[in-house]
Amino acid sequence: MLHIVNKSPHERSTLAACLAHARAGHAVLLIEDAVVAATRGSAATLAALPAGVSLYVLSPDLQARGLAGQLAEGITAVDYRGFVDLVAAQPRVQSWL
Amino acid sequence: MKFGILVNEGPYQRQSSDSAWQFCQAAIAAGHEVQRVFFYHDGVNNATKLTDPPQDDRHIVNRWTALAEQHGVDLVVCVAAALRRGIVEENLAKGFRISGLGQLVESAIQADRLVVFGD
Amino acid sequence: MSEGVSKRFMFVNRKAPYGSVYALEGLEVVLISAAFDQDVSLAFIDDGVYQLLRGQDTKAAGMKNFSPTYRALEGYDIEKLYVERESLEARGVAEADLLVDVKVLGREEMAALMDEQDVVIGF
Repeated sequence: MLHIVNKSPHERSTLAACLAHARAGHAVLLIEDAVVAATRGSAATLAALPAGVSLYVLSPDLQARGLAGQLAEGITAVDYRGFVDLVAAQPRVQSWL
Repeated sequence: MKFGILVNEGPYQRQSSDSAWQFCQAAIAAGHEVQRVFFYHDGVNNATKLTDPPQDDRHIVNRWTALAEQHGVDLVVCVAAALRRGIVEENLAKGFRISGLGQLVESAIQADRLVVFGD
Repeated sequence: MSEGVSKRFMFVNRKAPYGSVYALEGLEVVLISAAFDQDVSLAFIDDGVYQLLRGQDTKAAGMKNFSPTYRALEGYDIEKLYVERESLEARGVAEADLLVDVKVLGREEMAALMDEQDVVIGF
């Protein structure tokens, strides 16, 4: 499963809800305002990441917000092509709205 | 791979419509098929031809129209959601068509993945 | 209409009713999906559990009360309604407060069920 999250964890509980339902082998992609969770300063918002779940962030959205230089370790930045590849690689996709 | 797309938010207010369009562009460039983009909730506002943004901003509606014209992507606006929000044939932009919610369910059945963009 | 394909659909409801149109228009998709002979289930997690509360009265708010529709789902052969226990507990809502029969699942069971679907649509 690819989980897509688009809300800042400082504003909404969406990321927490997603992480509570992600399982080993899944991937989580942070897009739009959720990219703030991928920065070093917001590492605490990802503390509940289950083992075996891989984390990705959409780099165009990170760059747009001036956060490209603050990407935390262990998170893979992808472009839209990478977004498409993630959707294709996982057997199902869920957007946490 | 065949992708179905669901857009739940209007243009400009949220990034959802931009994200969905960028995803479609990248998917087509990678050799995938975007089988249908379904516009629901306030997403139906992506389909009005009355949209006229400032010149230095992107034209979200025209971008969708170009996607339909250049790549044959089926742009479907939910009729019930459209009527609630005053989107009718008279103000429908080129490349869009108005149809029922069944088109969303059909897209989810026929596509390999349904990717949802919303709020 | 469905061309013989049957997929497992799960509609995930995470939002309270009335503050946005998501719950109401989400329900409209659920009703349409019944016509396609798919394996449809509904999950209510987080504020989505408020959609199922008894006693909704929208008269003074001047909005349409769509909560009776949840009771009508059975008539559309949509009988798989799952509510997350942790979400109920976090809000002080009891199963007896809900207006329709549901199956209450723990978070881990809910996550496992999501993982078995073909299509997951969140509203």
